[in-house]
Parts: sequence; structure tokens; C-alpha cells
Amino acid sequence: MDDWRHGGFGVYVHWPFCAAKCPYCDFNSHVAATVDQDRWRRALLAEIDRLAAETPGRVVETVFFGGGTPSLMDPSVTAAVIARIGARWQMAPDVEITLEANPGSVEAGRFRDYIGAGVNRLSLGVQALDDADLKRLGRIHDVAEARRAIAIAQSVCDRVSLDLIYARQNQTPEAWAAELHAALRLSQGHLSLYQLTIEDGTTFAKRARAGQLPGLPDEDRGTDMYLITNEICDEAGLPAYEISNHAAPGQECRHNMIYWRYGDYAGIGPGAHGRMTLGGQRHATAGHRAPALWLQAVEEQGSGEVSRETLRRAEEAEEYLLMALRTREGVDADRYAALAGHPLPRARIDDLSEFGLLEMHDGRLRATRDGRLLLNRLIVELSETP
Amino acid sequence: MTELDRIRNFSIVAHIDHGKSTLADRLIQLTGTVAERDMKAQLLDSMDIERERGITIKANTVRIEYPAKDGHTYVLNLIDTPGHVDFAYEVSRSMRAVEGSLLVVDATQGVEAQTLANVYQAIDAGHEIVPVLNKIDLPAAEPDRIKEQIEDVIGIDAQDAIPISAKTGLGIPDVLEAIVQRLPAPKGRRDAPLKAMLVDSWYDIYLGVVVMIRVMDGVIRKGDRIKMMQTGALYGIDKLAVLKPQMVDIAELGPGEIGVFTASIKQVRDTRVGDTITHEKKGCDTPLPGFKPAQPVVFCGLFPVDANDFDALRDAIEKLALNDASFSYEMETSAALGFGFRCGFLGLLHLEVVRDRLEREYDLDLITTAPSVVFKLFMRDGEVRELHNPADMPDLTLVDHIEEPRIKATIMVPDDFLGDVLKLCQDRRGLQVDLTYAGSRAMVVYDLPLAEVVFDFYDRLKSVTKGYASFDYQISEYRQDNLVKMSILVNDEPVDALAIMVHRDRAEARGRVMCEKLKDLIPRHMFKIPIQAAIGGRVIARETIAALRKDVTAKCYGGDATRKRKLLDKQKAGKKKMRQFGKVEIPQTAFISALKMDS
Repeated sequence: MDDWRHGGFGVYVHWPFCAAKCPYCDFNSHVAATVDQDRWRRALLAEIDRLAAETPGRVVETVFFGGGTPSLMDPSVTAAVIARIGARWQMAPDVEITLEANPGSVEAGRFRDYIGAGVNRLSLGVQALDDADLKRLGRIHDVAEARRAIAIAQSVCDRVSLDLIYARQNQTPEAWAAELHAALRLSQGHLSLYQLTIEDGTTFAKRARAGQLPGLPDEDRGTDMYLITNEICDEAGLPAYEISNHAAPGQECRHNMIYWRYGDYAGIGPGAHGRMTLGGQRHATAGHRAPALWLQAVEEQGSGEVSRETLRRAEEAEEYLLMALRTREGVDADRYAALAGHPLPRARIDDLSEFGLLEMHDGRLRATRDGRLLLNRLIVELSETP
Repeated sequence: MTELDRIRNFSIVAHIDHGKSTLADRLIQLTGTVAERDMKAQLLDSMDIERERGITIKANTVRIEYPAKDGHTYVLNLIDTPGHVDFAYEVSRSMRAVEGSLLVVDATQGVEAQTLANVYQAIDAGHEIVPVLNKIDLPAAEPDRIKEQIEDVIGIDAQDAIPISAKTGLGIPDVLEAIVQRLPAPKGRRDAPLKAMLVDSWYDIYLGVVVMIRVMDGVIRKGDRIKMMQTGALYGIDKLAVLKPQMVDIAELGPGEIGVFTASIKQVRDTRVGDTITHEKKGCDTPLPGFKPAQPVVFCGLFPVDANDFDALRDAIEKLALNDASFSYEMETSAALGFGFRCGFLGLLHLEVVRDRLEREYDLDLITTAPSVVFKLFMRDGEVRELHNPADMPDLTLVDHIEEPRIKATIMVPDDFLGDVLKLCQDRRGLQVDLTYAGSRAMVVYDLPLAEVVFDFYDRLKSVTKGYASFDYQISEYRQDNLVKMSILVNDEPVDALAIMVHRDRAEARGRVMCEKLKDLIPRHMFKIPIQAAIGGRVIARETIAALRKDVTAKCYGGDATRKRKLLDKQKAGKKKMRQFGKVEIPQTAFISALKMDS
């Protein structure tokens, strides 16, 4: 059996456009005055055709529209993409189709249309429940708008997830706790809670270097806020099933679980990455990042792909480890051994378990609460060849 | 063959940067010894490291033909000697091969400590000395004051000092005339049995070992069968040449002449500097006095960063040692650093030069452990042991007492900085021997433990005096002191490469500083790490590196797998730059940085 089947198969569609670029965001997003929706629809459909031809007979378990801001995509384009995915592959009966949306008033008006197009899960980028902080994060909506958008989304869709960013400038653990409680009251069972990270190449990185981002929490406070987040969510019945994702049982995002369980995924759109097992070998694919370049490549060369790399077994094992250790369910030791060609390093795991960072149970390796906080280090320790 | 009274043999004594190599270049240039198109700066410094650092490491020689004003052409043999203390033995043997010296003093700076040490060697060798004031073209030149200083400090007549500018060429003809007029011709008998001094030898990849000699008596010819009187080895002369500075074959060398030969000698170690060379048959009866071989005084461990490079390091060290008999090595195993070599050097500069050459010429990444001196352990059972590595210190109960090498250090410094220099010497367990003034410069002589000097004394001296001090030293004697081995424990395990010998009274302060430094040098781990300094079983200083609490990426989705995997590869490569001690990883740089005392 091909390894990807442990994780499943999903399709990721990237819509690269935003109304404004947020200063903390390092995703492949672009601000464009006008977008030729027809042209983009044709290109996305062509890519679906190309990738489906390579992976015939697959059952699509999940579809995810990410961005950018997919809620700027015309719902008719969304509908066409979903229809084409269903036509070229086989759609699972319980397929999960998520769309990321900005909780602004304009987009909220279209939520119903997206549901009509086939979307059955909405992920709203609320980011903060504080107007001043929303402004500092460069968001174009305010809290009142967000609350209205959440209400509308929940009225048309059973599964609505909210994104929040914490450990913001001058944010106290108490203030965050209060905000998180408020978010939990608004939520329907899924929250993505990200600790603010200053990523290279962003406006925030520039400001931080120039000393213009005072009041960011230090390591100790950041740690405390992470722990508080987990405590509050545990109590509310939304435990973390991944480093930054919390859900009531059964409400986990199945698409993202494909990544963390290291399944296969087709990546469609500018800068979209894919993992596709073809003829028993896993390939890492990536699309041209620049939207115009991608579009041109699809139209003129019949493919938006900029790279396709055949992964070695050891590389697959590394990717599986670094993705799966993020989750509550952890790493399947047998599956890792089959990929890596050697078992997980037992002695090192024993050492790290002694420090209370890892635990091995029923053939699965998991990071403990303290271990998750040091996950980057743990992965380095574990992936070193013995 | 040249008549004795048409020969002048000389060396140049100068402080670093006072213009010795530039003056040599000018002498060579003005006499047309080297064609103009082949001239390059510091002609006699052939190693890259010599040119880069502006220092001379190996003695070099050049034969110059000079038509003097008296109508005769003279052969001038210049032996260019190293200026640095580490290579003092090279200086002393080179001095014995010549009859006079040019004393080059920077007319803007005056006499420096190194000048002093070298000029005394020249005086000891019975040289006639011609003072030369260089950089006379600079506005800051003070020839009259410097002349006085030379007379005050060195005690030689400087009224006839020759003003020159080696840079512009001013005064160079006067120097050439002075060499002929003021330096004595060599003495020697042509009809006596051959007696030649082995001045130096080096390895040439094409020619094998090249031996430099100064003929005292008799004549040496190509094809001669010769005998090395100390080693008893016999050889046939394959090639006889003079250096101009490239080799030019010559049929014979007579008394007073300096040249080189090859004789199918395999290794530099087969030759003894200072040995007397004579003919196999009808040789001379009494050899020249000879020299004491140079003894390594500073030891350190050299380990490959990548354990797989051990064989490459061994090859490189063996090759380097072919050409440097003063450098010693033996295999060493460190629990901390794996397989490497314990190497002995003439001093710190020698250490740096060897390490640089290994890294550069052999493309090796090395970890250098802290330099240590040779301690003498007087055991209770009467045995006397040499301790080259603090990690090898035996159980204290077996040791009766320990002696360490002391040096006589001479420091010349503008009086503004005198207080800082005295404090530095005092802090390093120094005993003041002498303090005199020459103008606004003080000359301080201190009796110091070499162990306190080998590591960063010179760096500290430069920094407290803003580079205005000069420093030189000679090993004086071994003396008993209250010395102990201080171990450093990281996460409760002793790290052998960080053990040092230290004076009991200073152990606590040293231990504290080292623990503090290591606290900064060792990155935080996933657990807390105690760092302790201990003497025997007693902990005298302690620090703790707090555990890292958080290192986790907030977002990681399908598009991040590739990037994260590549980052992981980089992190794994980064870990290779660390050394694992139990569960703790220590960066390579920490082994040296931890020992620096004040920064």
C-alpha cells in the first residue's frame, strides 16, 4: 500500500489576491486592482484537468480554498472549480470543502452563495476581537463587522472556524484570556489560535528590526500565553489537536489533517504545493508564485508548475515526522520506520521522555504539552540519522 | 670564490613594521639582484602567511653583488631574520652566521621591545652594528630624539645613524656603502679543512631538503662527500648554489661565503641546525659550538571538526612537520573532541601560523583547545614528569609539588599607559624586576609565569595600551608555585578540553569567569544545564543555563513541508558544528572563548 493512503487525498486551491496586504503575513498574497475572474476560472479548471489525469481513480476527501482571500473569488468560479474536481476525480460522499473568508461585510453577503456552490465549511480570519489591534494587524474589518459576519456564516453553514492571532503587542495574558473566552462563546467548535510570529520578509519584520514593534512578549510570556490558551480551550471542550488548532471532537479540519498525517494533496494555483504519489514515488510539486507568471504558464505551457521533485524515502520520513509530531495523535512508529528504513531513535526518545517532552504509547510517538512548545528542537533531535 | 675582504655578511634587526623587509627589498632592487619586473613587495617573505601578516617566520637569505665607491665589487650576504619572539632561536643561529647587523629603527616610533631583544642577540654574537633610522620622510620623524634613545636604551653609538626612507629609496646607497665600510669582512682559512655551519634547512618539493650553510674554513664543492659532525651522517653534494634569492648554481663556496646545497637528504629532521659540516675524509677536528635545539613551550590540542577528517589532519601535520623541526606532535584522544593531536609550539605566533597553514594549505576545519605550557610534576616517588595537557594531571595525592616556566618579559610603553600595563602584569601574577624611562617611554621588566602569558596576554596588552606597547620575552626558569587543576563540568560531566592549570589563589575568580562565559557560549537546551568549576571534588563556581521553554512554529500546513524539511537539513548541519558532551552540545568556538579572561 502506498504510504499516502494513511493520510488520505485532498485538493488545495490557492486564490492569491487580497484587498490589502497584512503586515504580518508571509503567505503568497497579492493586491490587484482588478482580477479577470473568467480567465482565472479557466486556468484553475485546466490545472484540475492536468493533475486529475495524473492521478486517476482517486477519491477526493477534502477541498480547501486558501489564500490570499478566497472570499474575493466570484462564487461562480468556486462552483465551477468544485464541479470540475467532482467530474475529474471522484468526490467522497462526506467530502469536506472549506473556504477561507475575510469577516467583512462585503464578503458576508456572499457566504450563502459559496454554500450554494458546494462549500460546507467556512474559516473566518477574525484575528482579534479588539479594534485597535485589528488596525495594528492591518486588517480592514472591525470587531462589530466580524461579529456580524460570524453570525451570518453560522446561519448558513454548520461548520465555521475562527482564526485568532495572540501574543500581540502589549497584550497581557489576562487580556488574551478574556478575548479567548469571548471567541469561545462565538465559536461553533473550531478555533485556530496562532501565536504572532514575525516572519522574514514581512512589513512586521522590517518594523521589528527598526524597533517599531515594542511590547511583543518575550519567550516566558509567550510560553505562558500558549499554556493559558491550551488550558482555556481544554476546559471549553476544544482541546488542541495540533499545535495551533483546537476543536470539539469530530470538528477537526479534515483537510489540514491530511497534511499532518502526510497524505497526498494536489496543489492548484500560484505558489500552491502538492504531494503526489505517482508510481510508488512521492513528488513534491510547487506552482509559480507570481500570479501573472502562473497564469501565463498555465495558458501557454499547459502547466503552472515551477518545480517537481521526487522525494527520497528519508525525505518522506522527515516530512512525515515534522508534520505528524504537531498533532495530538502523533507519529505512527511503524509507518515512520517503513519510510525511513530505520526505526525512530529509541535511546534519544527515552532521554527526551525522561525530560517529559515525548511519550511513546501504543506504537505512537507524541509530544507532551511541554514537548509541543519545543517541537522544532525535538524534530531536529529525532530526525538525525543514528 | 670571492676573496674574504670582498665579502660582507649581515642581518637586519628591527621591530615589526619598522621597515626591515622593505629595506631588504630596496637593497635587492638597487643592486639589480632581481630584475625589475620580478620585484614584488617583501621579496624574502615567501609564505602567504608571512606576506599577509607582514612578519618573517623563516630566515631567508640573499646574495647581493654591489660595486662600491672604492671601485671594487663586494658580495653582500643578507640573512633576513624573523622579528618575533617565538622565532628567537632562528634569530640567534642566523646571527652566528654573519658578522654585522643593521639596526633599523622607525624614526617616528623609536626602539621597541622586540628590537631590544634582537639587538642584544646581535651584540652577543659580536656583531658590528650600524643604526639606520627609517621613515625619515614622515613629518612625525624625530631622528635626533631617536638617536638619543638608541644610545640610552641600547647603549651603542648612534651619532652616525643613517637616515633613510625604505619606502622612497632615500639613503639606500648610504646603507650599501656603510655595509662595506663599517662592517667587518669575515675571517677564515681557505687551506684549512672544511668547517661550515648548518644555518637552516627546509623542504622543497622538487629538490628535497635544502641546507643553508656558512663556510668558516676550507672550500666546499659540488660532488664533495661530506659529514655532519653531530649526527655522523654522510652525504654527497648534489647541488651547490647561492640564493639571489632564487637558487643560482655555483662551483664552490669558500670561507666567509653563504650558500645552499642538496644532498638527497630525506627529512628536515635529519639535519641539525648548528651542526658542523666537514669533508668525509680529511675533516676538521673540532666542531663549532652548535646550538641548543628549540624546545616547544606552548602546547595545544588540534582536532578535526569533522571526525572523518582525522586522517587528512594526520597527513597534513606530518607534511608540515617535514619542514618545521621545531613543531612537535603526538596523537591525543579527548573524550570531548575525539581523535586529534597534542602539538608543541615555540610560542603563540608559531601556534597560530601552524594552525593557519593547516586550515589554509590543507583545507581543514580545526578545533584548537586552550594553549597550555609544560608543567613539571615532582611526584612523591621522586619521578619528575612533564605535563603537556591539564587533562592528564594525575591524582594530586601522588604529586609532591609542581613547577611552572617563568619568563622575563620586557615591555616598552608610553608612560600614559604605564599604570594599565603594571596592573595587567600584576593581575597575571607578575613580579616587577625593573622599571626605567627613556624619554616619555617606560621600559618595564617583569618576571611572569608563562602560563599567564600564553593565552591572551598580548591581546590584552595591545588593548589596554591601544597598540602602543611592545612586548618581548625570554624563558627564564622553572619555579614552584601553588598550582592546581581546575575542571569544568557541564551538566555534571567533566569536559576534558576545558580543564586548565591555575594558581590556587586565582582559581575561584577564573572559575567564575569561565562559568559565566560558558553560560553565554552554550546555547540553551531543552533542559537546564549546570556549569561548574571544580578543584578535585570541590565545586568553586557554578552557573546554570536555563532551559529553553519555547521553539515551535505556529503555522505549518501543506505548503510548508518543503521549507521545513530544508530548514531541518540546515539545522542538522548546524549541529555538526557542535560537540556533544553527554546530552549537551557545545559550539566549537567555546573551547577558546571560554578561556579569555577579560573582554
